[in-house]
Amino acid sequence: MMKQQSNKRTIVLGLILIAVMALLSVAAEALAGSVSGLSMLLVVLKKGTVYALLAVSMNLLNGFTGLFSLGQAGFMLLGAYTYAILAIPVAKRAGVFQYYDGGVVQFSIPEIFSGFLGDVVGSVIGMLLTLVLCGLLAALLGWLIGLPSLRLKSDYLAIATLGFAEILRTFIQFEGSAPLTNGSNTLRQYTTFQHLYPYVIIVGVCILLIVLLVNSTYGRAFKAIRDDEIAAEAMGINLARHKMLSFVISSFFAGVGGGLMAMYMSSVQAKGFTSAMTYEILLMVVIGGIGSISGSVIASFLFIGCSEWWLRFLDDSSNNIGSFQLLAPGFRMVVFSVFIMVIVLFFRRGLLGDRELPDLARRMKKSFRKEGKHK
Amino acid sequence: MLKIEDLHVSYGGIQAVKGISLEVPDGKIVTLIGANGAGKSTTLRTIAGLVPAQSGQIFLQDEKITNLSSDRIVSKGITLVPEGRRVFPDMTVLENLKIGAYLRRDRPEMEKDLQWVYDLFPRLKERSWQAAGTLSGGEQQMLAVGRALMSRPKIMMMDEPSLGLAPIVVQGIFEIIREINRQGVTILLIEQNANMALKVADQAYVMETGRITRQGTGQELLNDESIKEAYLGKHK
Repeated sequence: MMKQQSNKRTIVLGLILIAVMALLSVAAEALAGSVSGLSMLLVVLKKGTVYALLAVSMNLLNGFTGLFSLGQAGFMLLGAYTYAILAIPVAKRAGVFQYYDGGVVQFSIPEIFSGFLGDVVGSVIGMLLTLVLCGLLAALLGWLIGLPSLRLKSDYLAIATLGFAEILRTFIQFEGSAPLTNGSNTLRQYTTFQHLYPYVIIVGVCILLIVLLVNSTYGRAFKAIRDDEIAAEAMGINLARHKMLSFVISSFFAGVGGGLMAMYMSSVQAKGFTSAMTYEILLMVVIGGIGSISGSVIASFLFIGCSEWWLRFLDDSSNNIGSFQLLAPGFRMVVFSVFIMVIVLFFRRGLLGDRELPDLARRMKKSFRKEGKHK
Repeated sequence: MLKIEDLHVSYGGIQAVKGISLEVPDGKIVTLIGANGAGKSTTLRTIAGLVPAQSGQIFLQDEKITNLSSDRIVSKGITLVPEGRRVFPDMTVLENLKIGAYLRRDRPEMEKDLQWVYDLFPRLKERSWQAAGTLSGGEQQMLAVGRALMSRPKIMMMDEPSLGLAPIVVQGIFEIIREINRQGVTILLIEQNANMALKVADQAYVMETGRITRQGTGQELLNDESIKEAYLGKHK
């Protein structure tokens, strides 16, 4: 009984939070023209939002279930390509697939829906469905990869999933699959969301779903597997089935995140989805705290903020004082690395550890009350 | 009744169980005593479905349950309190107990069983929001037992519940074992603390290097000279 009530509370609070964020992003966009710096903030927020979903989906697997997988870039790649291929308007296909006679796919899902639901509503519904499809394809692939590789433990699983992601990237760039994927050429001109708020809403809903999953009996089983596989098995938790479930769900959201990433970048090329991208997301998970959803979200925004915005001035050699040429392109990454090392040194379990923001707030309230009593 | 016939198990390349047969009648406390490495734990883990049997059969009320998966075994009413307690340290006491009821879907009955566990272990109720890792050894053992009871078992198997606990705490644990048994749960207990185990047991087996070498009622073995010498520390 109590359980259901707290679930309802999470849903209501989550939806309110999403609505507030969406309204704020609408307001920020309206003001972007007149306030300086705001347009850069919007870029960071958009990218950060997409990465938040990617980090949370990776945390579900690596943090909550304790499966160390490095296949994230592969599932993102599949999501991004699925979205891009299915959302290029038919009229533009000849231009995009210029070396392959317009490619083999000759329809666009957003266009199909706008055909009978009107331009705006139809294309939005079409885009959302395409995103779901990205997730479903990634989930299916996750299931196929999970069959052999989830028998592996720790590092071996990481190697296997890393290998798969590389294979997928090569396969997409392969000439034989080019009529479908455009080979190593860029996919572009597909329909995207221009504004920030659709990203906020989609990512918000996805993360809310993950939060509900983590708080459910399944989530508890995932954590049990992470903490002690043998005890979990002795309690009657089917290890293989739950690991697979976690892997497939994480892949689903990585696929959706990949689709959103394609949208945000407005052109995709398989070459960018290297294992370095996986490590970037892993870094966000580690910085935020393994096993903390709010930690992952915060870390993604901090990470993107640092790498895209606040540290940019370090790359600009015109900012140098005197003849000492310290600031130069790439110096930003040096400072950034130092930041990360400091975080890892002083927050060994990440910024939030395995706690969530509401827990911390509650704890602080409690300790304030205690201090008050002492006085 | 749980019945084992000529069970062979090899575990980690070692023939740990070399053909044992034993019976655990309903409503009784049966104990399996023996030295380190005699194959006691492996026997329990095989019954629980965590380790595959090489040959031989395990029956629960005449139904063959050999080599079923562990979740099937739990849902048939056999649960294991693993050696070293193995509570989930980062989860709260309540979450640990809920994991015990993982396979059950009958919410109202689960609430009742939670009350039952809290009545058995009032300590757990006081600490239900505390992380299990912060409990004392004895409390963790209570939690491990409570967690196992949450699956509403017919047979509860306990692997060394007295391990690493203070004598006074061990006393308490054994009283609880008796109490749980009185409430209708059959118990299969393995122990190195042979003295305590034989005192509570209706039926006892002695295991040595993978074989059962002696059996009898708890009282018989407690009074047996050779058992006294080997396991009970007889005064000379």
